[in-house]
Amino acid sequence: MSVKSVEQAITAAENLNKTLNAFLEIDRKGALERAAVANGPLAGVTVAVKDNICVRGMQASCGSRILGDYHPPYNATVIERLTQAGAVIIGKTNCDEFAMGSSNENSAFGPVRNPWDTTRVPGGSSGGSAAAVAAGIVPVALGSDTGGSVRQPASLVGVLGLKPTYGRNSRYGLVAFASSLDQVGVFAGKVEDVARVLGVIAGRDPRDSTTADVPVPDYTASLSGDLKGVRLGFPRALFGEGLDEEVGNAVKGVVDVYRELGAEIVDVALPHAKYAIAVYYIIATAEASSNLARFDGVRYGFRAEDTPELRQMYRRTREEGFGAEVKRRIMLGTYVLSAGYYDAYYLKAQKVRTLIENDFLTAFQNCDAIITPTSPSTAFALGEKVDDPLAMYLNDIYTVTANLSGVPGISVPCGLSAERLPIGFQLLGPYWSEPTLFKLAHAYEEARPFTERPPVFATPA
Amino acid sequence: MPIEEKDIAKVAQLAHLELDDAEIKLFGPQIAGIITYIEQLDELDTTNVAPALGGLTPEGEKTDSSRNDEIAPSLGQEIALAEAPDPAAGHFRVPKVL
Repeated sequence: MSVKSVEQAITAAENLNKTLNAFLEIDRKGALERAAVANGPLAGVTVAVKDNICVRGMQASCGSRILGDYHPPYNATVIERLTQAGAVIIGKTNCDEFAMGSSNENSAFGPVRNPWDTTRVPGGSSGGSAAAVAAGIVPVALGSDTGGSVRQPASLVGVLGLKPTYGRNSRYGLVAFASSLDQVGVFAGKVEDVARVLGVIAGRDPRDSTTADVPVPDYTASLSGDLKGVRLGFPRALFGEGLDEEVGNAVKGVVDVYRELGAEIVDVALPHAKYAIAVYYIIATAEASSNLARFDGVRYGFRAEDTPELRQMYRRTREEGFGAEVKRRIMLGTYVLSAGYYDAYYLKAQKVRTLIENDFLTAFQNCDAIITPTSPSTAFALGEKVDDPLAMYLNDIYTVTANLSGVPGISVPCGLSAERLPIGFQLLGPYWSEPTLFKLAHAYEEARPFTERPPVFATPA
Repeated sequence: MPIEEKDIAKVAQLAHLELDDAEIKLFGPQIAGIITYIEQLDELDTTNVAPALGGLTPEGEKTDSSRNDEIAPSLGQEIALAEAPDPAAGHFRVPKVL
């Protein structure tokens, strides 16, 4: 039974990859062997994993030439837990290089295409994982979310995407981009699947000192129940400038649905949210410039040839191994941390980060969750924003605040635009409020099921 | 604080990146544009605001991460060297330093 469904998923992945470029590696042989002996609560559930999360026996390129065909000798903790529960990893998915990007165009191995329109981006950076779920190849995929890299692509391809509370699950085996912002996140087509998978991967890990000692509840228990008494915060000011009108109207329509379902809608303000992108591109690049210093051609991955001197080898390896966006961010991070500028940029950003955290603490005194759009627009065309890094960064305007403050967020599909492109809304909650987010997402899913399928979709054998 | 081409070259050196002239010309104005954008933070008075210390929730801060100093299994030399571009005699070999 489970071997057959695994075989179907692998065949679909192989067939659709010519169109989507969602997978960088498909492990047919290994997946079928594992399927035959899979046992546990997720037995036979096929999972696609972003190529910056280590799976023993598979590659972990991070979408970068500098890692190339690096094969990590160990499993990430989230992978260990998933496979213990019987899930079967079928392959590694394409992504923006080192998870830096919002369109998947920064992969060294070519962009992923959106199953709804293959001339458009799937979002990023976890675009391959998002596309694999949207195209019906797998029911579940893992990604990483540093500034919205799970939620934004989920929105652009019409699936669910969760960024858990910081410290909810382990980052051990997730290749670090910005350690104070990175979290492994979950894509799925159904809220119940997101809840089941989080229940398996969440929890304290002695190998990641930032995981918190907080009990893991049965997340599936939170799916039922009505919304009477639930207070949903509506940050009116975020529905203005820069937001596509069709997206804004769709999300306001979702607010009406929640009101009908019994939730109380309350006004909230997040007065410092407009500074979040500026803060993010200081902190994330600063941390990245430090984390990516380890790629030096010594211990693993690519090394430039014909470099008779050590420092020249470092410089040329990094020059040839990294793509443009990664170099840009390393440069920016190095600059904001350099002598004389630290106080003006990095310290200032950490102070404004406190103000952004305080915005949420204040808002959550009056509500249980906050609703926003996930992305200011639907999926844009391949190539449309590649020459303008700042315009690309502004895609993350609604998502980065959750990473800066550590709160959980989930993107939920809420229909199609006139061009038949998915629109998503985002729910943000206090620390450890994943049960509330699941309850709200599930109530919407029941009330307005998203049953549309993209033109590129796996056909059951 | 406007960033100039010579600053870009200096930063590249600090970051161990051997950028070519075309990249310096491309990145210069892009990074300058991003710096201008992030300088909007200057309009906020943060004199009495404590800097965030990165990511952790209050529960995460309370979590005790210490462990006993005991020897545990590790990858071992063979596996640790298996992905190296130029391993030699149980070591990572690199080009000459001086």
